[in-house]
Amino acid sequence: MALALKVDEKDNVATVFENGIVSGMTVTVRDKAGRSEDIKVIGDVPYGHKIAVKDIEAGAPVIKYGESIGAASRDIARGEYVHVHNMVAMRGRGDLAEG
Amino acid sequence: MYTFQGYKRENGKYGARNLVAVIPSVICANDVGQAICRQVQGTIGYFHHQGCCQLPLDLKRVTDVLSNLGQSPNVGAALVVSLGCEGTDHERIVEEIRASGKPVEIIRIQELGGTSRAIQAGIDAAQRLVLQISGQQRVTADISELVMSIKCGASDTTSGMASNCVIGYVADKLVDLGATVVFGETTEFLGGEHILARRAVGGENGPVGRRIYQIVDEMEKRAMSIGEDMRGGQPTPGNIAGGLSSIEEKSLGAIVKSGHRPIQGVLDYCERVDGQKGLWIKDAPGREPEILTGMAATGAQCMMFSTGRGAPQGFPSMPVIKICGNPNTYERMQHDMDLNAGRIILGEKSIEEVGEEAFALLLEVLSGRMTKNEALGYYGSMDIFCLGPVI
Repeated sequence: MALALKVDEKDNVATVFENGIVSGMTVTVRDKAGRSEDIKVIGDVPYGHKIAVKDIEAGAPVIKYGESIGAASRDIARGEYVHVHNMVAMRGRGDLAEG
Repeated sequence: MYTFQGYKRENGKYGARNLVAVIPSVICANDVGQAICRQVQGTIGYFHHQGCCQLPLDLKRVTDVLSNLGQSPNVGAALVVSLGCEGTDHERIVEEIRASGKPVEIIRIQELGGTSRAIQAGIDAAQRLVLQISGQQRVTADISELVMSIKCGASDTTSGMASNCVIGYVADKLVDLGATVVFGETTEFLGGEHILARRAVGGENGPVGRRIYQIVDEMEKRAMSIGEDMRGGQPTPGNIAGGLSSIEEKSLGAIVKSGHRPIQGVLDYCERVDGQKGLWIKDAPGREPEILTGMAATGAQCMMFSTGRGAPQGFPSMPVIKICGNPNTYERMQHDMDLNAGRIILGEKSIEEVGEEAFALLLEVLSGRMTKNEALGYYGSMDIFCLGPVI
């Protein structure tokens, strides 16, 4: 079974370390404590990319390492591929009015 | 007790290499310097692109950096190559390197009558210096004499989960053994600065903690002052292809390499660490040529460099040990990567096991074993991080 790793208890994403993961396949998400759960992947996920391990509402923080790595730019379902197409950085944004 | 075999310098420091540094005081002297380096064994060149038509603060900065590079422990002697009309203070570079106890000579291209005469005089001078220092023997040095710099480049998501963890393990061990560890890449603190500030000596609200917030704020404002979204440049296209979705994700993975020990202070880009032990921050951007130059000028004898996508380059006078977090990249780029931390991702090895391998390799490299980039001669690029415009 393909493996995905969750770094921190609070994380709502996990990183998939397997080549050739396409929509509909199932990966095993493991955390540091050794607990694991199987999640069905939505979207094709390249090696080293992330999937959601929980539903994430648009505007809510995406959490990895137990910290915010940005915000969901639209609703993200559990298992869905998470990357620049559905999340945005919130730092260094000279294009945003409030900085 | 851990030791390495190093070259003892007059000022009490220990070098991991024994090189004659050819130091052009300005970009316009590079061609003469390159001709000298091609001819004389045992030399390296600092071929930067600065040194004239810059604001005074940058000219001082370039002078400081070149002087500190010449004084670095891996340099046994130096040859300064001056044009004659540059903005940097080449005489101060010579004086300061001499005061550190190293043999130093200078050639002046305009005064000598041009390129060919300067090359001839430079080859003669560099040969004298190489013959003078090449007989020096290595002696035993305690690991506490080490200044190790750390950096990550061409990162992907394996960096923060494998190779940076390995470097963090080594950094903690070195700090516990009384050595000095320096990390930087202020741009890649964005989103993780609160974690670093809480690790500062004196806490988040002490002078060091406040300074960490300040350097991140200055870096972020500088990027935003152009009115653009930093996402066009950071994370890099390669980072994004590797799965890093935001600067915050890149930063949180990047700071893992600093380990867990308290942060003693923030060094300016030109500043040396002289006898200051423990973990330090160097305020420098993430791009390789500028930060590697800053780290060597700090006095670092070695760098441990984490990568996921595969960054091959080194630095003229500082061995760079490549720790690769991505097992696929290691497989493809074994001739560039010194250690495979991808075994952590595959579940074959623990962070501690690979960390101990990295520590053992570090001691060997400090004692003379070449890194892969050194053996390939892939160490030419360097530059000096300046603040103002070229005028």
